[in-house]
Amino acid sequence: MVVQPISDAIIRVRDVTVQFGRTRVLDGLDLDVKRGEILGFVGPSGAGKSVLTRTIIGLVPKVSGRIEVFGIDLDAASSSERRRVERRWGVLFQQGALFSSLTVRQNIQFPVREYLRVSQRLLDEIMVAKLVMVGLKPEVADRYPSELSGGMIKRVALARALALDPELVFLDEPTSGLDPIGAGEFDELVRTLQRTLGLTVFMVTHDLDSLYTACDRIAVLGNGKIIAAGSIADMQASQHPWLRQYFHGKRARAVIG
Amino acid sequence: MNGDPTLERIAQSDGLALCAAGPWTARFAPVLERMVADAEKLRGTRPDIFIDVSQVSKLDTFGAWLIERLRRSLSHGGGEAIIAGLSENYSSLVDEVQRVKETPEAETGPVSITAMLDQIGRVVVGIGGTIIGLVDMLGAVLVASGHVLIRPRSFRLTSTIHHLEQVCWRAVPIVVLITFLIGCIIAQQGIFHFRRFGADIFVVDMLGVLVLREIGVLLVAIMVAGRSGSAYTAELGSMKMREEIDALRTMGFDPIEVLVLPRMLALVLALPILVFLGAMAALYGGGLVAWLYGGVDPEAFLLRLRDAISINHFIVGMVKAPVMAAVIGIVACVEGLAVQGSAESLGQHTTSSVVKGIFFVIVMDGVFAIFFASIGM
Repeated sequence: MVVQPISDAIIRVRDVTVQFGRTRVLDGLDLDVKRGEILGFVGPSGAGKSVLTRTIIGLVPKVSGRIEVFGIDLDAASSSERRRVERRWGVLFQQGALFSSLTVRQNIQFPVREYLRVSQRLLDEIMVAKLVMVGLKPEVADRYPSELSGGMIKRVALARALALDPELVFLDEPTSGLDPIGAGEFDELVRTLQRTLGLTVFMVTHDLDSLYTACDRIAVLGNGKIIAAGSIADMQASQHPWLRQYFHGKRARAVIG
Repeated sequence: MNGDPTLERIAQSDGLALCAAGPWTARFAPVLERMVADAEKLRGTRPDIFIDVSQVSKLDTFGAWLIERLRRSLSHGGGEAIIAGLSENYSSLVDEVQRVKETPEAETGPVSITAMLDQIGRVVVGIGGTIIGLVDMLGAVLVASGHVLIRPRSFRLTSTIHHLEQVCWRAVPIVVLITFLIGCIIAQQGIFHFRRFGADIFVVDMLGVLVLREIGVLLVAIMVAGRSGSAYTAELGSMKMREEIDALRTMGFDPIEVLVLPRMLALVLALPILVFLGAMAALYGGGLVAWLYGGVDPEAFLLRLRDAISINHFIVGMVKAPVMAAVIGIVACVEGLAVQGSAESLGQHTTSSVVKGIFFVIVMDGVFAIFFASIGM
């Protein structure tokens, strides 16, 4: 049995600094993501939301700081420990990042086939189960990504991110490019999956609706730091100028109203 | 809680209970699958079978599906299988997998003689399509050139210069190096074999005619097809994949005029320059080897060269160059614009751009050989 860390933080980011050339994108950032919550991560465009996500996943090198996922320091971890951690998370990239030369079936089965030695029958059945979970019909299984609509690509990408039943999922703007109904369904889907699978979700988003309907907690990025973290009510009560504009602007009123 | 998952059989008065325990998760999927397959053999032996999952410590989609699969296959044989002891947390997960109905089989094409014949037929039709595509592109490029001639302001000079730098200036070192080496090799081989007849000096004739008429242009064209033709296909292909070409079209621009024409023009200008430089480098290399290895001093080499070749040889080589450039450019652009959505398709078209480019270069060379022979050049 894995020894549970005393705190229930599944991701701990401490004093992380990321720099590209001379521009400092993240500057001594601290963030905790608790087990089982859906964290909405917001901030102005270009503030570094995707950079933080990619830093946690390990795609962007950091200048200093410490990142623990599942209580394991990823810098100190050996490559086999790292692989074990990577098996426990799933990532949904902004553009889906489906493998364009594989069908939907192969895309979803790919991580399972690589990590588990199971029969083709079970692979097919799990693939269909995942497709049903993300609200797609099994008939799309043999289509290629170029034959799918934007919303379907997001769903298939989510199915692939969930293929190995991860405990933690990173979603990078999952509802961008979807129509409001599709986006609403997607939020609902994330909520349902979080409930059924006990997922922890780290969601970068611009979508106010997502924040209101799907997220348990919200963290706001500005000037390379977390300027606020808390429930939606905390956010609305905040006096920070950007937050005031974000949560009390014209579009926000439209959502609340 | 600890250890591996299990599935125990416990006989009861009113039937049989299958007791699942431990973590039923993806990590243990191979073991679980085997256990479930074993238990499926019980189908039809008892009227009622309970699948007791109260001892399961952890459940995910894999485990939930395998339990559901077991329930379904046990229910098939006339009996009834019931999942019991499902905890609150996991019931929604089991509900979720119960929505899975049938699993479609992967489509695998039959391998037969008809399929092979079908494939051959498609390839033959594809060849026809390729030729039509090339002629189509040639026409489109000519139309675009016509437009530019009528409205010179619409000509994209910056883009043309940029591509000229890419395909000409940056190609100079490699082209010069390779042709130099080939010149050296031809001279060395010539001297080595001619020496037996005491005809060393004829190596100059061979080198001059061969380099200026054939090798220079052919070699450089093949290098350019590999170097710049592939680059054109990859550039246009990835633009096609990201809908950039559609974007251009919707803004009222002709992709041929904006993208293809500058590239074609750059290539048509670049190839004669490269062929000239390449031919000079090959002659220089050949002369060097003739001097150092064959003992033909430079003065004698030049004297002999002047006798051996006429301006016709040089013209023949240079006339071919722009035509070959046009062929390479058209093939590369047709392939680039034919790329579909996937990375695989981009790779296929880039490959076929180079393969077809080189093929057509050699075919054109043959056509030119017949043409020049018949006009006596």
